[in-house]
Amino acid sequence: MLVLEDVHTHYGKIEALHGVSVEVKKGEIVSLIGANGAGKTTLLMTVCGNPQATSGRVILQGRDITRDLTSNIMRSGISIVPEGRRVFSGLTVEENLHMGGFFNTKSEIRKSQEHVYELFPRLKEREHQRAGTMSGGEQQMLAIGRALMSKPNMIILDEPSLGLAPLVIKQIFEIIGKLREEGITVFLVEQNAHQALNLADRGYVLETGRIRLHDTGKNLLANPDVQNAYLGG
Amino acid sequence: MSEASLYFIQQLVNGLTIGSTYALIAIGYTMVYGIIGMINFAHGEIYMIGAYTALIAITGLATLGVSWLPLILIVALVCAVIVSSAMGWAVERAAYRPVRGRHRLIPLISAIGMSIFLQNYVHLAQGSRNIGFPLMIQGGFDFGGDDTFRGSISYMQMTIFVTTLICMTALSLFISRSRIGRACRAVSQDLGMANLLGIDTNRIIAATFVIGAALAAVAGLLLGMYYGSIDPLFGFIAGLKAFTAAVLGGIGSIPGAMLGGLILGVSESMTSGYISGAYKDVVSFGLLILILLFKPTGLLGKPEVEKI
Ligand SMILES: Nc1ncnc2c1ncn2[C@@H]1O[C@H](COP(=O)(O)OP(=O)(O)OP(=O)(O)O)[C@@H](O)[C@H]1O
Ligand SMILES: [Mg+2]
Repeated sequence: MLVLEDVHTHYGKIEALHGVSVEVKKGEIVSLIGANGAGKTTLLMTVCGNPQATSGRVILQGRDITRDLTSNIMRSGISIVPEGRRVFSGLTVEENLHMGGFFNTKSEIRKSQEHVYELFPRLKEREHQRAGTMSGGEQQMLAIGRALMSKPNMIILDEPSLGLAPLVIKQIFEIIGKLREEGITVFLVEQNAHQALNLADRGYVLETGRIRLHDTGKNLLANPDVQNAYLGG
Repeated sequence: MSEASLYFIQQLVNGLTIGSTYALIAIGYTMVYGIIGMINFAHGEIYMIGAYTALIAITGLATLGVSWLPLILIVALVCAVIVSSAMGWAVERAAYRPVRGRHRLIPLISAIGMSIFLQNYVHLAQGSRNIGFPLMIQGGFDFGGDDTFRGSISYMQMTIFVTTLICMTALSLFISRSRIGRACRAVSQDLGMANLLGIDTNRIIAATFVIGAALAAVAGLLLGMYYGSIDPLFGFIAGLKAFTAAVLGGIGSIPGAMLGGLILGVSESMTSGYISGAYKDVVSFGLLILILLFKPTGLLGKPEVEKI
């Protein structure tokens, strides 16, 4: 589904990814964990083409997208729940969802919207409320709902649990599990390593722009290095 | 009604007339600013070119022997809107897109260059003297007063009100209800995120330039007819006034631009009526300075929440 081959990414002259190779297969949940500043967001954003990789290749569903424009990449069956949620705060919940389904027909939008409201009944209650006035958890649900509106094959999530209460985090992880059941491939970045690896088929550990480890979720959970560094010993 | 209150109402009517055209032009500044955070310094020239295009169309129809007024007005309006919209699009492509994301001064200089180019182009093509604009809508009706003093509203003023009202209503509906209008609002809040949803943000940006230019063209035709003459510097002062109106109302806010235009128009006509016409620009730019000093976000500006 998604393959990164020896990807290097720069911000100006500074290299943030030093040759990263990652594969996410169809139907999998793959978690990427790593400390602050390791380059997790950079890796996800490189997939989206903003910033573009300076060398190496990014392949999505068999197609080389390394040099594609962000807007084209994001219309080819992939969607993102970005770091910090980035809901459109002045738009209502419903308008935010419609932005997610921008390229779909009216009837497709209606169907996707119903589906999102089934997953997150809370969003239906808040349909006409401005997104900026909702709680952090509700905004996170909206960001996920918005990403689902385009009926993606693959969804990328950047720290969806950040700053949320444990109960909401649990709910978010349940939803991510449900997405897999619907056949959506999930690429998840998390600092919440325990839950992320528990849910994942496979996981990668990113350290200062390099992949240190990759293995099944279970094996990584049991790995003493991972336990020391990311699971609080 | 006493003469004093009639006089006041007369000034109010005159002020609202001019103010509503300022508002039409101000929309262009505010929408572009709301989306890319830059001032379109060539906007006054786009408005001026709209007025010239309308005049050329009117003259052309006259030589063809067309004399039915509604047809003349509609053709002039359509031509002005098309040419100005194309100019708005071209200005974005030529002066803004290539330098977007650079240091803020670069697009500023590029836009000022564009404005000087357009002004001088019109100087060359149309001459620098002012040209008479046919006064096609004449007459009006009087109200109140007696033989010595009457208030009057001309049909031209009413045309300006009604046209502006239609344009503003259409724009508000477009922004609040349509798919592209929603995308404009989304892009103005978080351009990068809109891009991450697959939206070609360049096209949305171009659309805001085009919408602003189309409204400026409408104002160009209206004010050309109202004043009865145009010249290549026609856009400069009106552009400054409309920019002031946009800042007054809160740059980035569409209702702000509407309100700012009306307030500015009314304060100018009150100054002309009660003090002296010579002071009206002093009052406008004085207002600009005051608002920048005491409330830089303008009357309705909420820069963080909703810029459009
Ligand atoms: N826009 C940018 N310009 C310059 N450097 C950047 C930019 N974004 C990130 N970096 C740098 O790239 C490195 C990786 O950052 P990144 O945001 O990808 O880390 P992260 O793993 O997502 O961290 P966090 O867990 O805090 O979100 C950091 O050193 C960061 O300072
Ligand atoms: Mg990050």
